[in-house]
Amino acid sequence: MRKLLITCAIGVALAGCGKHDAAPQSSGDASFESKLQEQLLDAKAGSVIDIPAGHYHLARGLSLRTDGVTIRGAGMDKTVLSFKDQISGPEGLLVNANDFTIENLALEDTKGDALKINQGKNITIHGVRVEWTDGPKTTNGAYGLYPVKTQNVLIEDSVVIGASDAGIYVGQSNNIVVRRNRAERNVAGIEIENSVNADVHDNAATNNTGGILIFNMPNLSQAGHASRVFKNKVIANNTGNFAAKGAAVASVPAGSGVVVNSNDKVEIFDNDIADNQTANIIVSSYFSTNYYNKRGVAADYNPYPKGISIYGNRLKGGGDSPDGIKLKTLKTAVYGFNGHFPDVLWDGYSDPKALVNGLPPAADRICIKDVSGVLNADGPHDYKSPTTDTKPYECTLPNLPAVVLAPEPKV
Amino acid sequence: MSPVFVRSIRFALPLLVLLLTACHREMPAVNFHADGRPPKLSDWHVVEARDGALQLNADVVPYDLNTPLFTDYAHKLRTIWMPAGTSATYNAIDTFDFPVGTIISKTFYYPKAKTDAAGDVARTDDYSHDFVGQNLDLSKVHLVETRILVRRKDGWAALPYVWNDEQTDATLARTGAVLPLTLVDVADTRENFNYVVPDESQCASCHAQDWISRKIHPIGLKARHLNKNYAYAEGGENQLEHLMKVGYLSGAPASTSAPRNANWADPHAPLDARARAYLDINCGHCHNGNGAANTTGLTLDIGTPEDRHLGLCKPPTAAGRGTGDHFFDIVPGQPDDSILPYRLSSKEPGVMMPEIGRSTVHREGVALIRAWIAAQSGDCVAIH
Repeated sequence: MRKLLITCAIGVALAGCGKHDAAPQSSGDASFESKLQEQLLDAKAGSVIDIPAGHYHLARGLSLRTDGVTIRGAGMDKTVLSFKDQISGPEGLLVNANDFTIENLALEDTKGDALKINQGKNITIHGVRVEWTDGPKTTNGAYGLYPVKTQNVLIEDSVVIGASDAGIYVGQSNNIVVRRNRAERNVAGIEIENSVNADVHDNAATNNTGGILIFNMPNLSQAGHASRVFKNKVIANNTGNFAAKGAAVASVPAGSGVVVNSNDKVEIFDNDIADNQTANIIVSSYFSTNYYNKRGVAADYNPYPKGISIYGNRLKGGGDSPDGIKLKTLKTAVYGFNGHFPDVLWDGYSDPKALVNGLPPAADRICIKDVSGVLNADGPHDYKSPTTDTKPYECTLPNLPAVVLAPEPKV
Repeated sequence: MSPVFVRSIRFALPLLVLLLTACHREMPAVNFHADGRPPKLSDWHVVEARDGALQLNADVVPYDLNTPLFTDYAHKLRTIWMPAGTSATYNAIDTFDFPVGTIISKTFYYPKAKTDAAGDVARTDDYSHDFVGQNLDLSKVHLVETRILVRRKDGWAALPYVWNDEQTDATLARTGAVLPLTLVDVADTRENFNYVVPDESQCASCHAQDWISRKIHPIGLKARHLNKNYAYAEGGENQLEHLMKVGYLSGAPASTSAPRNANWADPHAPLDARARAYLDINCGHCHNGNGAANTTGLTLDIGTPEDRHLGLCKPPTAAGRGTGDHFFDIVPGQPDDSILPYRLSSKEPGVMMPEIGRSTVHREGVALIRAWIAAQSGDCVAIH
């Protein structure tokens, strides 16, 4: 099978990339594909679609629109759905349903997002591997595991490698647990965006451009807040940013460990964060993304990160080779050629209208403990007057409550 | 009891009725299947290949739209039928409310190419010879698929049928199909592409315009799309008025008072109206307040105000590599810097928009959207 595929690929290259060529799918693959599609069409609440071990090539994206369905493989390295030769999609699997569980299989090389769950409640993703097998490439699909507008979401024991945007991306959702996953060589390893009540813990994010991101984008259905990031290993996320320009994560500098952008009430504690060469922790506002303009951004959008609590992390190395000329210049100016940024880099934007005696209201402050230092980069004045005084961050915020999934997933 | 036996019983009854009543062009009466998935298009008796032509049954009314969805340059024959004595209720904005039993068909076909290689079809904007006197002449066109949308008790169901090589009937293709075809234009330029018939579930990708209710609806059967003249066999007439006259529609105002989208290809219509009509029918079924793309903050249906909601200076949300390295959906005056025309110009899954329903680029549509953006003024200056 593999030999046949390679021959076809060379054939296409020599023929000047004929657009005509139907996917090099064996008849076995084709009948697998239509059988699986039929199973998805015929599924009813309570249906379990078992996909046996095997490496299957699919030509078209799959979709499911029935509540209460479980899709189950024989293991993330045993049941592999490959979309390398996908001709339509764009997703590998698109789900618009409640009470959905997917486990123990792999989705590889989708042209667009690998698994997109758009609108649904009680979503469980367990032991799923998503991988773009050629490694980091701008032409890889954008998102690996991508629940959006979902409620009560569990993503656990999964692996995502090579996404050209975010490996695990939970958007505009509520009540979320992301645990024990591994995210490698994506632009963003794990991203929680415009979501409310998320626990991100016991994950390993390494060799991404940015390890774990908690973001708020403008113009969306809800603003995010209340995320806890704890007990993760966020190590050496120094892969050059390979997102297309203009994508939300394209503004993330390579070498970012944990990044909070424009989000509120974020608690970062008990993590191992090390060797991220721009900074182990970055707190920033939408102003620093270069996308902010009055015409295209909702007037009620709040670009300031508020109520950020950072404490009790084990931090090591990092900050020694920031990405981009502006940050490099800043580092050299403040810390010298051989110096490095401290553990935390803050772009320095806070709502000038809300300041009382130069500080935000108590609940909106950025409180930082147990770090080697904080650099306020003075973004509002183009990095002209950076400051290293840590006094503004000496404060404590109330702990956020743990996320409780209700109902408890059955996996 | 075997399914075949059940089916034969179900078929026996209409046949009997048929023998006792007069029939139209020897076609049995239209058969509304209240449930199930009839295996052949001809099981419905809505449109059938007979005597070298695709023929419409009695009371099956053809219609078209001011601006249609682009589907790989396919031509489309749309029809509607309702049970005797029933009619749809007019709505100025949304899809009309149709009675149980309504059957809509949409046949995708191409005029035949001058070349006669297998899979060759013509790329032409000339529709005038296609459908004459209630017939599609099969010596001139190649039928690809017919989609049935049927209004049943529990809502609409979508069923795709693919035509056989002999062009005698179409077979249910629940899981869709990939058909390699070649577009040949007047200058004999050839473009190979995969014509993709959607699977049943993908029908909902467009027809479920609300992703919370997930109910599917016809898209084209709205006042603004239908409000135009149609050359019926018995003469030209406004479609809304014709549907009222034949009893298929109730409650419609005079056509001059009904909303009306522009014809995207009409050079005499205002550029803005043409572009908005194009975006409405090609994008609005997902890019609306409740649709699949309401995750993006970009709405492209006809009622969207001309501001960030329509993409003006709007940063993308989840476009991934679909940005094409551009920062905003629309940069006024700058089509080359705008994401919208970039995605319309792509045929690569993961980049292209719409996401499904085409494998080729609609060059004329892209040109329209580019001209529309080029004519806009202002800029998107970043603030810090």
